[in-house]
Amino acid sequence: MLNLFKIATRNLRRYRRRTILTASLIVTGVIFVLVFVAVTGSFKTMMIGQVTDSFLGHIQIHSKGYVASIDSLPLTMNLRSQSVKKVEKALHEIPGIEAYSPRIKFGGMFSNFVETTNIRLNGVYPEKEIKTLPFFLSRIREGGKIIKKKGEILVPELLAKGMKVKVGDMVVVIATNKDGSVNGKQFRVGGILESATGPGGRDGYIHIEDAMEILRMDNMEVSEIAVRLKDFSRLHEAQNKLQDAFSSELNKKGKPIFEVHTWEKLSPFYNIARMIDLMTFFIKLMLVAIVLISIMNVMIMAVYERVREIGTIAAIGTLPGKILSMFVIEGFCLGFIGAVIGSIIGGAVIFIINIYGVTFDFGRQKGLILSTSVNPNDFIVVSVIVIIVSVLASLQPAFKASRMDPVQALRHI
Amino acid sequence: MSLIKAEDISKDYQAGEISIKALRDVSFEIEPSSFVSFVGPSGSGKTTLLNLIGCLDKPTQGRLRVAETDVSTLNQKQSASFRGKHIGFIFQDFNLMPVLTVYENIEYPLIMVQEIPVQERKRRIMSLLEAVGMDEQKDKYPGQISGGQKQRVAVARALVTNPELVIADEPTANLDRKTAYMVIDLMKKMRDELKTTFIFSTHDPKIVDEAEIVYTLEDGELTGREAKGGINDVKSI
Repeated sequence: MLNLFKIATRNLRRYRRRTILTASLIVTGVIFVLVFVAVTGSFKTMMIGQVTDSFLGHIQIHSKGYVASIDSLPLTMNLRSQSVKKVEKALHEIPGIEAYSPRIKFGGMFSNFVETTNIRLNGVYPEKEIKTLPFFLSRIREGGKIIKKKGEILVPELLAKGMKVKVGDMVVVIATNKDGSVNGKQFRVGGILESATGPGGRDGYIHIEDAMEILRMDNMEVSEIAVRLKDFSRLHEAQNKLQDAFSSELNKKGKPIFEVHTWEKLSPFYNIARMIDLMTFFIKLMLVAIVLISIMNVMIMAVYERVREIGTIAAIGTLPGKILSMFVIEGFCLGFIGAVIGSIIGGAVIFIINIYGVTFDFGRQKGLILSTSVNPNDFIVVSVIVIIVSVLASLQPAFKASRMDPVQALRHI
Repeated sequence: MSLIKAEDISKDYQAGEISIKALRDVSFEIEPSSFVSFVGPSGSGKTTLLNLIGCLDKPTQGRLRVAETDVSTLNQKQSASFRGKHIGFIFQDFNLMPVLTVYENIEYPLIMVQEIPVQERKRRIMSLLEAVGMDEQKDKYPGQISGGQKQRVAVARALVTNPELVIADEPTANLDRKTAYMVIDLMKKMRDELKTTFIFSTHDPKIVDEAEIVYTLEDGELTGREAKGGINDVKSI
């Protein structure tokens, strides 16, 4: 086997210029794919982090049917306190749950005593919300770091700008409860909240007990429970466990009481993430095409140019299998060289991108710094793809060489 | 027991719709340790016959036995295996692998064909390199040595597997007269030392004189057999 490698590498050195050109093409492809995977992968990871850690959470639990009518924030579909207890019990029993935050979501009117507009509000326990959404605090641009006490409101920045309210101003929130009764409460603006892209990214926040007061709730009824996992990669496993835990919870009609959704179902960014995955797939497909065509081309040339040599080694008794191996190993070596050099340079390019830093805007979020990184598995996957395709591309010319009639081959000029 | 026994072998080629008879009912026997030449004008069938004896091709008709094997029944893989064990080849254009050194070219059949252990390989190669006078050039590549030296390396490569038979198709055609004689002398010397049968084809009448048995081919037919120096009885065909 070592001798086959020796002959293959020497033949590659023999056609130095062609080998360098082909390897360069593969190297360029590998660099391009790795950098693309790093940039898009990091962008995706970062944006998923922004979406889940700023306002959505990894998983949300609602009453069955709530998500389908989420635009109207129906108070009639809130989880009753008994149901909330069941959910909390399950969340404590299932391993891998880091934190959760119950929310009362409702729509109301927001007034600065001069003008009035509509607002979507979340009533939350501040400390639970922060544990569930680690980026939440970073969204508060002005004012206190969190709703310090009851009677404070975090106003989304666009609304604050439009209504010309500042931290410390007094405002009124008016809302209708599920029975149709209207109630209002005065709040002090505790902070201005940066917008986040996606549903719920432009909501205001108040303390959950204030929400209960406005909505005249005697017992707490929550719209949703946002959940944060210890390990995000086990998202679907956690979803399944929660669904299993709630599978026996049925209403009088025998239908499930709860619904469990991951962020993927709740955020339109999931479709962008899917698009990124699709683009990555097509970029990898392009790499496959580059490697396939370049290796096949170079191996066909190699076989054509070495017909007499093939005839000679066949004549002196080299078995067809060994002739096949000789050319396949040549293709393998080309692919291996391209994959290794491409991975090294690709890694270096990613490192340089990180040194200089790439900033970008996403929705209303400006100046996000992209920290590119590649999973070591991506290096392995891209290299393995290149090497396998190189071997496959060499097979046809190698097979042709191994089946060559030595008499014809020795006559070849 | 003959090393080679051909019984009424014929070889037809198809060129489009035309069938060309390259060999017609050729019969002969060659004894072990012979130094045999096939002569004849271009197109007489010399190369075709050598290809059949060398198991590179199969006769259309007749029986051909080489080293006690009916080679006309072997498939591609069996033929390759048989050649690797029993036959060495010397080509007109030397056909050395340009990416391998002189040493590695001779070593090639021992690794790729016979899988001989490294110590035995080294012993055989060095012995042959000395015998063909190329031991000092062993690390050079074919592109760095002359035509005569290349053919000496080719002789060593053909003999390194200890074959019973070496086939050389026009081995001196690309060499000057002096070098051609040197190569033929080398082949004879190796025959004497190793008892290997050499069969070669040539156009050159002076080179023909070096053969101990000369077969003449004309238009695909064997028209003459001449034995010299009392090696074999002279008989007409």
